[in-house]
Amino acid sequence: MEVGQMQRRLVDYTKSLFMEGFLDAQFLQLQQLQDESNPDFVVEVVSLFFDDSEKLLNDLTMALDQPNVDFKKVDAHVHQLKGSSSSIGAQRVKNACIAFRSFCEEQNIDATLRCLQQVKQEYYLVKNKLETMLRLEQQIVAAGGSIPMIELGF
Amino acid sequence: MSGNGASSSSLNMISGEDVVNNNLTALVVDDSPLLRLLHEIHLKKYGLKVQVAENGKVAVDLFHLGASFDLVLMDKEMPVMNGVEATKELRAMGVTSMIVGVTSKDGPGEQQAFMEAGLDYCFEKPLTPEIISILLEELNKHNKKD
Repeated sequence: MEVGQMQRRLVDYTKSLFMEGFLDAQFLQLQQLQDESNPDFVVEVVSLFFDDSEKLLNDLTMALDQPNVDFKKVDAHVHQLKGSSSSIGAQRVKNACIAFRSFCEEQNIDATLRCLQQVKQEYYLVKNKLETMLRLEQQIVAAGGSIPMIELGF
Repeated sequence: MSGNGASSSSLNMISGEDVVNNNLTALVVDDSPLLRLLHEIHLKKYGLKVQVAENGKVAVDLFHLGASFDLVLMDKEMPVMNGVEATKELRAMGVTSMIVGVTSKDGPGEQQAFMEAGLDYCFEKPLTPEIISILLEELNKHNKKD
């Protein structure tokens, strides 16, 4: 596939992530921070998000598996996950965390378990999408092309 | 947003103008490596020299060792020493740096407690380029008066 085709494919794919609500404008801000002095910034931030999230999801799973659930602890983990997903622009994960927190407040064990599943689902979906997007970027760079900027007005 | 003794009108919007300053130093205090990196790169883009600390105690220890910073971005929820405690401690030490709290969307009562600890301003995280630009403009004005 020639570079121009790959670039168009990347633009269309990235736009679809915004249209489907996986990403919001915060992700565009991250891309705008990447430059010659920080050429791998987006990959670094995305990797940190993956590491952060997987640890937090493990912590949440363990916390909700206790005979006496400490909802303050659960809420603290969700709060952190909401923060990091919001910082990277992972909108659907962030929204799932918002709902999760309200059930933590109610100390509703069944609802919080459902929320955990929902957050995990949203996380694995966006992880998959981001990995695909970054692979497309790598292919373009390997072929000697540059990463096209996404326009906000779509 | 609200300032410590400052009205909102004292924060002037800078539209479309980068405030690049090679003399300012900043300390980013956050237990999240992701947020530390994000804010660090944001501030470096504006020419600041940036250090990071993973909790309030590390930040306070840096000041005890004689470090000084023009700007401190202080996360609220952190292990070991949280942002409220660290801010109180820094102000008690006589630190006059601009301390800006960064929080997730908490209730108004929680942000108020953070402000009362001695913050100059408090914003939702992550800070946007526009907010950073405004803060740096305030910092430059403040430094010119000294």
